[in-house]
Amino acid sequence: MSENEVRSVAELVKSCEAGAHVVACGFLGDEAVFANGEGEIVFASGKKIAAHPNAAILEAVCDGEKIFTCGDDGRVIATNAQGASETLAEIKNKWIDHVALGPDGAVAWSAGKTAFVKTKKGARQLEVASTVGGLAFAPKGFRLAVAHYNGVSLWFPNSDAKPDFLEWKGSHLGVTWSPDGKFLITTMQEPAMHGWRLADNKHMRMSGYPMRVRSMSFSHDGKLLATSGAEFVILWPFGTKDGPMGKDPGMLAPAREGSRVTCVACHPDKEALAVGYSDGMVMMARIPDAAEILIRGPDGGEVTALAWHPNGVSLAYGTDEGKAGVLNL
Amino acid sequence: MSDKIPVTVLTGYLGAGKTTLLNRILSEPHGKKYAVIVNEFGEIGIDNDLIVGADEEVFEMNNGCVCCTVRGDLIRIIDGLLKRKGKFDGILVETTGLADPAPVAQTFFVDETVSGKTALDAVVTVVDAKWLKDRLKDAPEAKNQIAFADVIVLNKTDLVTPDELKDVELRIRAINPFAKIHKTTRSDLALEHVLSQGAFDLDRILALEPHFLEGGHHHHDEDVQSFSFSTDKLLDAKTFFAWIDNVSQIQGPNILRAKGIMSFKDDPQRYVIQGVHMMFEGDHQRDWRDDEKRESRIVFIGRDLDEKALREGFEACAA
Repeated sequence: MSENEVRSVAELVKSCEAGAHVVACGFLGDEAVFANGEGEIVFASGKKIAAHPNAAILEAVCDGEKIFTCGDDGRVIATNAQGASETLAEIKNKWIDHVALGPDGAVAWSAGKTAFVKTKKGARQLEVASTVGGLAFAPKGFRLAVAHYNGVSLWFPNSDAKPDFLEWKGSHLGVTWSPDGKFLITTMQEPAMHGWRLADNKHMRMSGYPMRVRSMSFSHDGKLLATSGAEFVILWPFGTKDGPMGKDPGMLAPAREGSRVTCVACHPDKEALAVGYSDGMVMMARIPDAAEILIRGPDGGEVTALAWHPNGVSLAYGTDEGKAGVLNL
Repeated sequence: MSDKIPVTVLTGYLGAGKTTLLNRILSEPHGKKYAVIVNEFGEIGIDNDLIVGADEEVFEMNNGCVCCTVRGDLIRIIDGLLKRKGKFDGILVETTGLADPAPVAQTFFVDETVSGKTALDAVVTVVDAKWLKDRLKDAPEAKNQIAFADVIVLNKTDLVTPDELKDVELRIRAINPFAKIHKTTRSDLALEHVLSQGAFDLDRILALEPHFLEGGHHHHDEDVQSFSFSTDKLLDAKTFFAWIDNVSQIQGPNILRAKGIMSFKDDPQRYVIQGVHMMFEGDHQRDWRDDEKRESRIVFIGRDLDEKALREGFEACAA
């Protein structure tokens, strides 16, 4: 498809400056916010909150009311739409690498080999065998997946029982659950992903990527898992009880030559997704017919964050050079 | 290569003077800001908001290569530091005294983010002049650290006699004839000898006299060998890459370190290559200058290397 055939909605994008490497973005109410590598929360309006002074934000998650950030200053901070920040945790001389949100206001974070969970009732912690690579709460029940070397520990923070261990050799980094809770998927240090069907712990290897997978996103109905790490968005089928076992993935939204997909975010209720590339381009692609709409042209930098507003009308993006923008359809 | 963040790896056996050197680097007014990755907090006496403790977590890559171990913690830390790009000029990685340098070095080859945004500037090994002889007997790590080094800080020279010092130096040379050696007391040396070495600006290798390696009258380390091959003939790039690929597969587990500068036919640029075990990477460096001799040279440091096969293979790459 030549470029002039691609429809563009670039004129509906409002660009803004996020100041530094955008680690993550989200929406507080209807306003887009960007967490950056200089410890700031930058609002689309231009307001800046120094949530982690003289530090870098390493990860951030947003629940619509607050954005939760963790940083190399060893702190977890929650910031609301008014810009008020509250410190949830502070650990001296450590980085807090990961943060995740669970049901009923539960927050998890990790520092080195220790995962922490804070609920209204109190705080618990779990030590795993090696540094935590990623955290994700199960969609149902109160269970936390903790990825580390050689597998994932599944922990019920309210129970004293030893966590279940899903073993697979290698370094597991990102981790996510399928929306129905039947599958658990990790991204690995190698250019591959690994998955388990939790009913019988059957393994699923998802490989063939030219580079590390850094971004993955389930479609709203849970039938597809979109991933970065290749010249296309790679879509793994999860619509049947066997998941992607024995099936080939789909490919969508090719990158321009020399570029790769770096970020994916599935639309909250439609069969479409937003795609960010290493050359700074942002596209929207419809899954059934692969139709593409340009959101942002290639402009240096690498797209490092994408987030839909839950209403499905607004999309925020950010790059490693601190460029950001909001699309309002 | 130029806009990559330089990384200096500081290694050395326990008590050799590594922490003293690190404290010196951090406290001297050189106008540069370093992000420092240490294995133990507390020993560093300097305030630096970019000091981070590492856990030395080594893991094996799932690529069927048993020697392909990397430091996962370093990948994570460098990923994090890159979010602060522009806030520091270089990265210093201190390893524990017992660390094998291979996983650290391999980390800079294996992860695309790390290798895309940073470059290993030099492996600096601090050596204790008094105790090295004993360590070489009982600690294989100490020998690996020397074999891996681009720069060796031969420290505590005040504790030995001139003859003993000479002997230690010869032992180091027997393991690694390519590294620069600086003799010091209390790790006292100008930091320009440690930082920004551009170890893979490998001119030093070209400058080495061949007989320097071949003179058999001094110590020969019975365990670690080093070889250097050179030729004035232009090389055929395709043949060379096929050969080096094969070498890395067959002799990789025995190769501790390899580096070289190649002069290819129909290529006006110098091509530099470096390797650790089975991982090799190369890049065009710059144009050959009119006033320099277009010579290709490659050096290998390793155990049980097949010298004849390496030499013949290299020579067969001539265009």
